[in-house]
Amino acid sequence: MAAILLAGITLYAVLGGADFGGGLWDLLAGGDQRGEAPRRLIDESITPVWEANHVWLVFDLVIFWTAFPHAFAAVMTGVALPLWLAVGGIVLRGAGFAFRKEISRLPLQRALGATFALSSLVTPFFMGTVIGAIATRGIPANPTSANQQAWTNPTALLTGFLFVAACGYLAAVYLTGEAARRNERPLRAYFAHRAQGSAIVAGALSLALLAELHSSNRELYSHLTDRALPLMIVAGVCGLAVLVLVSTSARLIPARVVAALGVAAVIWGWGVAQYPTLLPGSGLTLDNAAAPHSVLVALVVLFIVVVVIIGPSFALLFSLQSRGILLDAGEGALAEATDHVPGAERSGLVAPGQPSSRPHASLKDSVEGAVMIAVVLFLRRRRRGR
Amino acid sequence: MNLSGPLLAAVQVRSEVVPARAQMAATLGFHIILACLGIALPTIVLLAEFIGLRRHDATAMKLARRWSQAMAVLVAVGAVTGTVLSFELGLLWPGLMRRYGAVLGFPFGVEGLFFFLEAIFTAIYLYGWRRLSGWTHWLTGLPIAVSGIFGAMSVVAVNSWMNQPGGFTERGGRIVSVDVWQVFFNHAATYEMPHMILAAYLVAGFTVAGVYAAGILRGRRDRYHYTGFAIGFVPAAILTPFQIFVGDTAARAIAQDQPVKFAAMEYVQHTSTHVPEWLAGVFTGGQVYGGLKIPDMDSLLVGFSPGTKVIGWDTVPASDRPPVVWLIHLCFDAMVGLGFLLLLVGVWAAYAWWRKRRLPAPRLFWLLGAVSGVAAIVAMECGWVVTEVGRQPWVVYQLQTTNQAATTNGGVIASLSIVVVLYAVLGVATILILRLLARRWRRSDTEQAAVPYGPELEPAERAKDKVLS
Ligand code: HDD
Ligand code: HEM
Ligand code: HEM
Repeated sequence: MAAILLAGITLYAVLGGADFGGGLWDLLAGGDQRGEAPRRLIDESITPVWEANHVWLVFDLVIFWTAFPHAFAAVMTGVALPLWLAVGGIVLRGAGFAFRKEISRLPLQRALGATFALSSLVTPFFMGTVIGAIATRGIPANPTSANQQAWTNPTALLTGFLFVAACGYLAAVYLTGEAARRNERPLRAYFAHRAQGSAIVAGALSLALLAELHSSNRELYSHLTDRALPLMIVAGVCGLAVLVLVSTSARLIPARVVAALGVAAVIWGWGVAQYPTLLPGSGLTLDNAAAPHSVLVALVVLFIVVVVIIGPSFALLFSLQSRGILLDAGEGALAEATDHVPGAERSGLVAPGQPSSRPHASLKDSVEGAVMIAVVLFLRRRRRGR
Repeated sequence: MNLSGPLLAAVQVRSEVVPARAQMAATLGFHIILACLGIALPTIVLLAEFIGLRRHDATAMKLARRWSQAMAVLVAVGAVTGTVLSFELGLLWPGLMRRYGAVLGFPFGVEGLFFFLEAIFTAIYLYGWRRLSGWTHWLTGLPIAVSGIFGAMSVVAVNSWMNQPGGFTERGGRIVSVDVWQVFFNHAATYEMPHMILAAYLVAGFTVAGVYAAGILRGRRDRYHYTGFAIGFVPAAILTPFQIFVGDTAARAIAQDQPVKFAAMEYVQHTSTHVPEWLAGVFTGGQVYGGLKIPDMDSLLVGFSPGTKVIGWDTVPASDRPPVVWLIHLCFDAMVGLGFLLLLVGVWAAYAWWRKRRLPAPRLFWLLGAVSGVAAIVAMECGWVVTEVGRQPWVVYQLQTTNQAATTNGGVIASLSIVVVLYAVLGVATILILRLLARRWRRSDTEQAAVPYGPELEPAERAKDKVLS
């Protein structure tokens, strides 16, 4: 059960996380002129997929409260404030993103764009602090009121920053790939640099976090460095590999898969290290806090159905997207995608980088990779996980 | 470790409860409008595209394309407001989730499955207009329409379970086993699910119709506006009588299963026979002020005979009765009244079509058409107030009170204030954006009129698209 939850979190992190990271780069893209090209790429890559990716969050929440209702209530009470802030970020981001496309007046568009970009940072940061609070035994089994210290200790704040950096890192790697697919050389180099930069930042933050855990949760630290060590090593190797791959490899599929794998390894490392504790320091474990058996069985069946039905649908979505069938290069807004303007129609004919004959370039593979990994790990862990 | 400790907490109403209820009501009331559009608008768009493809009708095709643009905005707002609700269930009602999370989780999980399908195919449909060929594109829309219906069934399963809980065993404050099938298809689901899904179709259909009726009233009497009106209006008007029938069935079921709620809906103070029906009227201090009293009617409606006994709210102690009965009663009357108003508009149109093969000409008809969307939304909101306020003080009927479910954290006033402001801005922005789209369309229409082969080009252009992809 815990494995399903972790798989869901992983998928949200590697898919939804990249969408949040897009906001980071949008924010840092500079003025209207200079930032135009990267913003356009970010926009076009996120638009068709963010809602579908976002559903993983909802699904993870549901699995959490269904499988571990007691722990869910504890988290929702104990660290209510950062959760409220993360929710606020979600609302503003979605609305800002959806609205800015339809607005043609520049100042308003800028304001909405800034809303989108800023709130893209807020949500992962506060989610990070929540995880940090859990990891540092900040959440008791039956909290009656929120505890602001729980999520403002150095470990929790570091986790928040790590989440932001990781989102930016994933986004930069994916966007490098997207730019490569479209043969946009300067953009490719642009995002490759940022991918490398954020990889280093994320790596440094991870090490700092590990050092912090040494004092704030000794048990977790020691598990991370013994039984979760292989996963930690995988994460490190992936990070280093991306540093190289992102500027060398031709088609960049490996870079994206490896980046996603690295992030997945960190998440699973955390899971392995914490096993079988659910909320450290609260006495809640996977065993004593789990929902009745029949509910867990129903959830497992549901998850399998989701993977069977949704997997191919996602594959279809990403493959259509990567073939340029959803929103064409250079034509951005939905207004033009749906409304018939003869001039725009013609420019669609000559749109650059329209690789309709290359069905398997891109995100699709990394997603399928991630799904496969998740499923394999899930099947392996399920035996022990329950 | 004591798992059941907080379950026994606080007996008197805590100060967090009222703002938490207000916040839940505000966010749900907002989300439900978008949810209705999310459930039913895709079907209406598909209907327009179907007509466009089948009859080579360029106007219908144009409408379908344009409604897709509006859908993109609405779906985004629906998704974020829905996510807020998922968090709120935990943040505002941890007591409910701690005790019953395992039970009501499964329907929500099923809902998640359909959200995935809906989100994925919405993306393909919306952004595939240019590159997917006619019928292929139409087919990518079908999963959206279907998953909207099943998604609605799943959420409403949760709500109806709260009204008629069952399908689980509880021992010592802990759930020990759950029958997910019985939870999903609980006693109240049989009428709540169809009633809500029909409501969604009425809301979406009449809203679309209302927009174009308003345009027609302003003198835009062209084929474009009449087609837009008809594609929304016809399905909604056809479904209205079914909605009234299901609602009537629901009311009778509630008289049986949730008698105190029913008593509040109909002002039944004491259990008796020959109970009168009150139309409107305000109940305070043991008296009904204003309103029209129809003798024996309530008994007749419940059991088809004036001698039918109807249970009054005096059967339970005052602490187990819902608050503000007049609100429940007036909302119920408003829903029923608006339901019949919508029926009337539909009958009028049907009559005119039968006699003259055209829509009614009187301005009154178009005025009614223009407000029909708002009327359907108000009826739907009123229905939810009946359901939710009528269930008080229970959150899970006769098992857990709202008071026990609410968060013990302070500061709900703060989140409530922020949410109200944020949602007001969000609501206004959504409407402004939609109007902006409409204005842009109108401008492109006047410009295109200058082009010799305007919208008529569309089938040919599709063929070109086909070659392209
Ligand atoms: C367009 C909207 C609409 C219209 C025209 C009607 N309703 Fe309704 N009604 C709803 C929309 C709605 C709703 C918002 O969808 C509710 C709230 C909960 C639910 O399942 O449906 C509802 C609830 C609801 C309930 C309470 C269910 C509960 O507490 O569980 C009753 C008894 C009725 N309705 C009865 C009627 C009757 C007799 C109508 C006859 C005209 C009617 N409704 C028209
Ligand atoms: C299936 C979906 C729904 C679920 C699971 C749900 C759940 C809840 C919960 C947990 C509460 C708080 C506890 C309580 O006051 O009883 C609540 C209250 C409320 N909800 Fe719903 N609800 C749903 C749909 C709706 C919708 C669509 C509306 C639309 C207006 C609505 C209106 C309200 C109102 C007005 C209250 C406050 C009742 C009061 O304080 O008197 N609900 N709901
Ligand atoms: C407590 C009550 C509710 C919760 C927790 C809830 C949760 C959610 C969530 C999380 C989403 C976003 C999914 C996405 O990312 O696309 C959503 C959207 C949606 N919800 Fe709700 N919901 C509630 C009430 C309702 C009700 C009463 C209905 C209708 C019957 C409904 C129907 C929908 C639909 C159709 C969408 C998709 C909207 C769109 O994207 O167009 N929800 N809801």
